[in-house]
Amino acid sequence: MTHAATVHSLWTTAAAAPDKIPSPDIEYGQLSPTLIVLGAAIVGVLIEAFLPRRQRYVAQLFVSVVALAAAFAAVIGLAAGDYGTSKARVAAMGAIAVDGPALFLQGTILLVALVAVFTFAERRLDPVVHGNRVDSFAAQAAAVPGGDAEKAAVKAGFTTTEVFPLVLFAVGGMLVFPSANDLLTLFVALEVFSLPLYILCALARRHRALSQEAAVKYFLLGAFSSAFLLFGIALLYGYAGTVAYSGIADVVDGQVRNVTPALAGTMGNDALLLIGGAMVLMGLLFKIGAVPFHMWTPDVYQGAPTPVTGFMAAATKVAAFGALLRLLYVVLPGLRWDWRPVMWGVAIVTMLGGAIVAVTQTDVKRLLAYSSIAHAGFILAGVIATTPEGISSVLFYLAAYSFVTLGAFAVVTLVRDAGGEATHLSKWAGLGRRSPLVAAVFAVFLLAFAGIPLTSGFAGKFAVFKAAADGGAGALVVIGVISSAVAAFFYIRVIVLMFFSEPRTDGPSVAVPSPLTSSAIAIGVAVTLVLGVAPQYFLDLASQAGVFVR
Amino acid sequence: MENLIGLLVAIPLLGAALLLCGGRRLDGKGHYIGTVLAAASFAIGAVLFADMLGRGEHDRALHSKVFSWIPVGGFRADVAFQLDQLSMTFVLLITGVGTLIHIYSIGYMEHDERRRRFFGYLNLFLAAMLLLVLADNYLLLYVGWEGVGLASYLLIGFWQHKPSAATAAKKAFIVNRVGDVGLSIAIMLMFTTFGTFTFAPVLTNADHASEGKLTAIGLMLLLAACGKSAQVPLQSWLGDAMEGPTPVSALIHAATMVTAGVYLITRSGAIFNAAPDAQAAVVAVGAVTLLFGAIVGCAKDDIKKALAGSTMSQIGYMILAAGLGPIGYVFAIMHLVTHGFFKAGLFLGAGSVMHAMNDEVDMRKYGGLRKYMPVTFITFGLGYLAIIGFPGLSGFWSKDKIIEAAFAKGGTEGWILGGAALLGAAITAYYMTRVMLLTFFGEKRWVPDEEGHEPHPHESPSSMTIPMIVLAVGSVFAGGLFSVNDAFLKWLEPVTGHSHGDSPLSAAAVTGGTMVVLLIGVALAWAQYGRRPVPRTAPRGSLLTRAARRDLLQDDFNHVALVKPGQYLTRGLVYVDHKLVDGVVNGTAASVGGLSGRLRKLQNGYARTYAVSMFGGTAVLIAATLLMRAV
Repeated sequence: MTHAATVHSLWTTAAAAPDKIPSPDIEYGQLSPTLIVLGAAIVGVLIEAFLPRRQRYVAQLFVSVVALAAAFAAVIGLAAGDYGTSKARVAAMGAIAVDGPALFLQGTILLVALVAVFTFAERRLDPVVHGNRVDSFAAQAAAVPGGDAEKAAVKAGFTTTEVFPLVLFAVGGMLVFPSANDLLTLFVALEVFSLPLYILCALARRHRALSQEAAVKYFLLGAFSSAFLLFGIALLYGYAGTVAYSGIADVVDGQVRNVTPALAGTMGNDALLLIGGAMVLMGLLFKIGAVPFHMWTPDVYQGAPTPVTGFMAAATKVAAFGALLRLLYVVLPGLRWDWRPVMWGVAIVTMLGGAIVAVTQTDVKRLLAYSSIAHAGFILAGVIATTPEGISSVLFYLAAYSFVTLGAFAVVTLVRDAGGEATHLSKWAGLGRRSPLVAAVFAVFLLAFAGIPLTSGFAGKFAVFKAAADGGAGALVVIGVISSAVAAFFYIRVIVLMFFSEPRTDGPSVAVPSPLTSSAIAIGVAVTLVLGVAPQYFLDLASQAGVFVR
Repeated sequence: MENLIGLLVAIPLLGAALLLCGGRRLDGKGHYIGTVLAAASFAIGAVLFADMLGRGEHDRALHSKVFSWIPVGGFRADVAFQLDQLSMTFVLLITGVGTLIHIYSIGYMEHDERRRRFFGYLNLFLAAMLLLVLADNYLLLYVGWEGVGLASYLLIGFWQHKPSAATAAKKAFIVNRVGDVGLSIAIMLMFTTFGTFTFAPVLTNADHASEGKLTAIGLMLLLAACGKSAQVPLQSWLGDAMEGPTPVSALIHAATMVTAGVYLITRSGAIFNAAPDAQAAVVAVGAVTLLFGAIVGCAKDDIKKALAGSTMSQIGYMILAAGLGPIGYVFAIMHLVTHGFFKAGLFLGAGSVMHAMNDEVDMRKYGGLRKYMPVTFITFGLGYLAIIGFPGLSGFWSKDKIIEAAFAKGGTEGWILGGAALLGAAITAYYMTRVMLLTFFGEKRWVPDEEGHEPHPHESPSSMTIPMIVLAVGSVFAGGLFSVNDAFLKWLEPVTGHSHGDSPLSAAAVTGGTMVVLLIGVALAWAQYGRRPVPRTAPRGSLLTRAARRDLLQDDFNHVALVKPGQYLTRGLVYVDHKLVDGVVNGTAASVGGLSGRLRKLQNGYARTYAVSMFGGTAVLIAATLLMRAV
């Protein structure tokens, strides 16, 4: 057969219309966590549409909590049914992977979301408005800040109960993100969880202009990064002729020789692979908040309503790192020697950049934002290990870190003055004298961030650094430890400020929260201490879960 | 029976807990509780003793494991007790003398408002000391060792409002720490050598270890013994420790705790037997200290400090005997027991005198007290006769044996050691006679105290005199009783072993020699203090006298040799810390802060800047990836 004939036959085969489209084979049971959450989100939309305003809050809270708990139970059920280990497989026609890392991260995201919903529902912190208890969200999101419509809405005691379905949609996207097994699903999941987050960021009840500015910035930059991601996906398709992870990996490994005729000119072209891979990587690094794609983080963390910041900081990071791990370990392992040095560079500037800039911050939320950047760098060190220990240490770190973050932001919501939350650090001076319990709890979270032994932060950091050192990234570990030392400075500085400074006379007061926020903080402290004192069980769990399916 | 051993320690420990945590409610009866519990401990000791006598001499040892203390892999430490003849001897001494001193303290501390606390500390001391001698491994012994150190510290500084007492307590604690470090190193060496620190396996396998290691262990154990037993070069704390209440001096700094070093060396006999160099060091320390203490004792006018010098010297005898090996172990312990009786008696007598003389301690301001305090005079006198080795009394039997054993060491060494021991006996006779004459004989040299009260010496209450009488009885008869049919030798030999050695002199010759030097010592003292009137203020004295009054310059030596270099070292370190370490640290901090301030400006709030950063970052990312492939 001549070359031309080959091409011709391929053309005809491709062009021949199939006589029928096979119905897709969907494993509903294995996808149930995502389906439950998305279904509940739709129920939430219906509640907004049909229930009277007074009843929405309770109904939304109930639906959200039940859905998240049920989804978590479904994850546990799947894990108990060995879907994380021996029965791990690819579901939904190759679009979604159901394996150990996916289930572990989904479980983490669901728990984080559940706790976050508690802080979303908190209605005792803001002063009562005309007899109505209100939460941290705008009375009417569409009203112009300071305008008449807003005043009317505030007076009527409206609250934005839409946040609950929005959170559920975001959680649905986040559940898919780390388990997406092809690039298109990855992109769709990214947009599904990003869009609700953009809206949520704009919903702050106080400092609305700041909140809206944050949302617009987040949206613009997020769209910008999505463009890169999408372009990278196109290039990868051009390279491999498929968007499935396993398909791309096969081409990278050189196992596929039959060329799709339409792509005859591009398939197997390494330039496409490298450029496309770098662009997809960039899209994920943006969500992670790695330097130099981090600049949205401080502005958005500061502007967004604090419960949203806590949720975003914890859950987004978990989902995005899950997707990054899968991309690097499943799609690009054959390209290890190309991406590892680049990621080294990113990890180093992220660790040092986050830690150094945090030193001069004066706002608690911005401080925590830079701290999250530094932590992203630490986790990247574990990603770079490219060993099974690397995967499991990252999983453990994410679980540990997300609860610390959630707890810390929940504490931030408690410290208030007349203008709402008092986030300027100078106002936190002497907090330990006035509210020793709150200050002590915050100190526990700060110590965990700093990685002090007996907190989860130490166990996580130790696991990640050990994996990185064993994986041949010793120099990275040295830089990581130096950054940790720099970071310890500003964490400890806050503790010193809280406990060893004279309280200000115009200092903030600590609001007494409802059991919702209290239990969120209590869960945060408990997880922090349990993972710090007895991490072994969870480390074992993470290492059992640390195998990707292909 | 085994279970009673734990009770022996637990009862005084309970007492300490009760008295120290019980609060003011127990103020009125605390001293009775403490005394009764000490007596109960003694009663249990007596029961165990009777039980032990009922068994054959080779299966007298009892073992009792209470619980596993630190089981970590190959490292095992148990809270377990061992009661053999050696421990039994100590148990009876500690609880017996301890009980008497509790009784004495009821009277002596009557006017002290912190009496309950005092008895709590005394009970704590008993518990720790019993733990020390009952432990079946070195680690648990170390716990007791530190415990008695703590109790000693608390009791020396009991009158903490006096700066001198607080300083003395601190000094005792710090000097003891030096010795404690030796013990901890010895235990670590033992663990690396034998893989355990239980007595039985360590001591039975001692022969198999290399001599170098055994010497190291031995020297470290000796360092520990020097600290606790106030031997040269760690002797400096004992004199100052007399700042504590007199019953404390009697119990802790004369009869029991300071003899812990002798116990440690005797207990570790197997190690020393296999390490002759370490043994030679022990002997040297003992010989030097017995002369050192005796000379210091001659020059002191403070009755308690004179007795403290004597204690140091007498323990020097014991250490010397223990260093002689199997020739001397039994006699070291025998002298330890008899010394426990007469030295405790002497201290209680001194306390009784001070009690009567408005707490005056300067013997030059006593004189003629025998008529005013007959019981004290007689009991103190019997103690005096016992310590100088008057024939037939306790000290005679035990000290004579040590001098004999020193000669039996053989060779030049034997002559030197024997000579030193004999010389020590002469000096002992001299300084004790001096104490006796200055205190009870001659004319009255009393002076009014600071508030102008003339002293009115009177006999002490019966709670104080009865213990003195009991101890005096022991001082007179214990030695003789032990020597009937070599009873004490036969009792202890199964544990410590014994050999007769090879003395160049007959026993009679040694005894004769001892009698001669004794008479010389007494005569000299009589010539100096008995025949002539004693001045109230001390004459300037010869160079040696002046040096001896300053404890043979021990503190000056420590100051020059240890304190000064230590201060220079710490000053140097502080300088390095300030200039170098802080400089580097502060410099780094400042540069990080500066960098942070500059980088912070990049975050200008404009979305366009952020987008440029992202774009640039992506470009670099792509370029770097391509570059990696290219190289």
